[in-house]
Amino acid sequence: MKLLLKGARVIDPSQKMDARMDILIEEGKIAGCSSNIKASQDVSVVDLTGMIVAPGLIDMHVHLREPGLEYKETIASGSAAAVAGGFTSIACMPNTEPVNDNRSITEFIRRKAAEANLANVYPIGAISIGSEGRQLTEFWDLKEAGILALSDDGKPVMDAALMRRALEYASSLNLPVIQHCEDKNLSAGGLMNEGYYATILGLPGIPAIAEDVMVARDILIAEYTRTRIHIAHVSTAGAVRLIRSAKARGLNVTAETAPHYFTLTDESLQDYDTNYKVSPPLRSTADVAAIKEGLADGTLDVIACDHAPHGRTDKEVEFEYALNGISGLETSLGLSLNLVHEGILPLPELIAKMSCNPARILNLPKGTLIKGSDADITVIHPDRSWTVNVKAFRSRGKNSPFSGRKMQGRAVLTIVGGDIKYDGLASKT
Amino acid sequence: MMKLGKKDILGIQDMSIAEINLILETAESFLEISTREIKKVPTLRGKSVINLFYEASTRTRTSFEIAGKRLSADTINISASTSSVVKGETLIDTARNLEAMNPDIIVIRHSAAGAPHLLASLVRQSIINAGDGAHEHPSQALLDMMTIKEKKGKIAGLKVALVGDILHSRVARSNIYGLSKMGAQVVVAGPATMMPRDIDQMGVRAYTKLEDAIADADVVMMLRIQLEREKQNIFPSLREYAQHYCLNRTNIKLAKPDAIVMHPGPLNRGVEISPDIADDPDYSVILDQVNNGVAVRMALLYLLTGGNE
Repeated sequence: MKLLLKGARVIDPSQKMDARMDILIEEGKIAGCSSNIKASQDVSVVDLTGMIVAPGLIDMHVHLREPGLEYKETIASGSAAAVAGGFTSIACMPNTEPVNDNRSITEFIRRKAAEANLANVYPIGAISIGSEGRQLTEFWDLKEAGILALSDDGKPVMDAALMRRALEYASSLNLPVIQHCEDKNLSAGGLMNEGYYATILGLPGIPAIAEDVMVARDILIAEYTRTRIHIAHVSTAGAVRLIRSAKARGLNVTAETAPHYFTLTDESLQDYDTNYKVSPPLRSTADVAAIKEGLADGTLDVIACDHAPHGRTDKEVEFEYALNGISGLETSLGLSLNLVHEGILPLPELIAKMSCNPARILNLPKGTLIKGSDADITVIHPDRSWTVNVKAFRSRGKNSPFSGRKMQGRAVLTIVGGDIKYDGLASKT
Repeated sequence: MMKLGKKDILGIQDMSIAEINLILETAESFLEISTREIKKVPTLRGKSVINLFYEASTRTRTSFEIAGKRLSADTINISASTSSVVKGETLIDTARNLEAMNPDIIVIRHSAAGAPHLLASLVRQSIINAGDGAHEHPSQALLDMMTIKEKKGKIAGLKVALVGDILHSRVARSNIYGLSKMGAQVVVAGPATMMPRDIDQMGVRAYTKLEDAIADADVVMMLRIQLEREKQNIFPSLREYAQHYCLNRTNIKLAKPDAIVMHPGPLNRGVEISPDIADDPDYSVILDQVNNGVAVRMALLYLLTGGNE
């Protein structure tokens, strides 16, 4: 099928393009991008006047829960949530049951993703067997099976020697290593950010230094071993400062943050609403300001939502027993567009943080609209007002603190490999 | 008489000065019932109160039970274990089942901060927080305020020192809110490991030395040390803690000569309070606190079930 997208403002940060263009899609690839392409008879034309056309958005940090925790999410439901949120590609963390620490799990995930046939799903393999922090997984085998990064997300590598070996071994395969930075001794028993609100709520605190200490350590290990490291979901001012100075020294450090870390603070926890319970925890106003600064000055390369769907039984309990996470794929773009509305990021920079930057970090030939590349495209209606309705989520996880929130702007058309996988052009919401 | 404008008693943080005064005055009027030959009035006949305790408690549970019985309410005690949380019934299901049995008030104690708030959001009955994690223990703060008022004639303008493990203390938090609202100057003391972060933003002055905190204090409130904190390296040893944070004959002299000494109990004699202070009627009002506790809880049950309707 040939598709001609007409009249949109095309923003492709990979080629520094921001202009009114037409885009022709043929055989699943970008066949052309120029002003006023004439439609031949066999082409379906989509009028996108007033819309933004961007390279397909990539979320490099999601949890799809399958295998093992299908009551929270499946690869199919998570993929459906992805395309509905405007994401053409997602990278899924290995903390399934069993953990994605071997070829057969990786192959299973890829097969399920192919069956779902919605978004591109890229498995991330575990750094250590069972993510238990003791013995390295077979990086080579996992890479051949299709992983494109390594992480023990949620169970950070506490052993510095193991982290060193992981970075070194992964570097010989050019596999990025993603670390959830949390010193588990410093965070032990903690339920929310340590500070005034934890004090008045009587909840055990997780200090910002639990994150900062491990960010500092991993930067030092990466520097010493001359390898690269990607820091997941940065939430603290201290981590932003450390990453900024590492980049200034020319180190190969990249970092992401999640929409909730620039949208919410620990003040939101005052009603013990478990939908606000995330890891790392929501931080202070000063941290939120630092995250925005880090996004604006390029310290933080990527926005990834840490999509963490849960079942009702995981959240409808006492705060202490509730699991961490937000079902984020369907609100990520809307919340991120607020950065543009607030004047923190120009739209092309936001799109870069959600497409070509994660593609570059993951060594993916995506995040671009250059001729010949895969026709992964996200069409954004920049003005559409809508209200978050968790009941309408494609994700099985309805756990979102953003339920009922008013948004401006959303993905209205998601094209993966030239095929339309989500079409909300005619929708009113 | 004014009525209490709330369904639940979850904490002192969201309580107004007028509400605190109403509860204290109501409690004072109930004190006399406990001195009668027949310690029972028919006020709450036909009402039922469930004491749902997820955490061990003798004093508070008994106090609520006696309070209910003196007002002729039917009181039912349920001891649940939080250890069954993983495989057992959820708090939400327990709440819905209890609600279906149509009691009037549920008194809950739980080790998880916020558990009473979850319960209150789910059921139509009134919820009284009898202590949730390190968050609040409103009936304790109310009985403490009642005791201070009784002994000192006022609360406003007094200096009150809270000493001990402020970090893990719900009694401290509720008292900080209550006493500050009522115009007292509240100071806290304990080793830095027992001091919650940003405690100064609660409007209190924090000291690391007991002596600095209790200097010229009108009220000294010693908090119980949980013995298991030693293992968490909150302090090195009970021995060392007692050497520096135990209220005794010597350091009490730093407080005002007519200072009163309080403790929410149970006491660790010789750890946070020396026996001769705890038992000295010139200082100790610990048993008055217990007595007032029954009256405060009677007042709460009475006011929540409609007061003077």
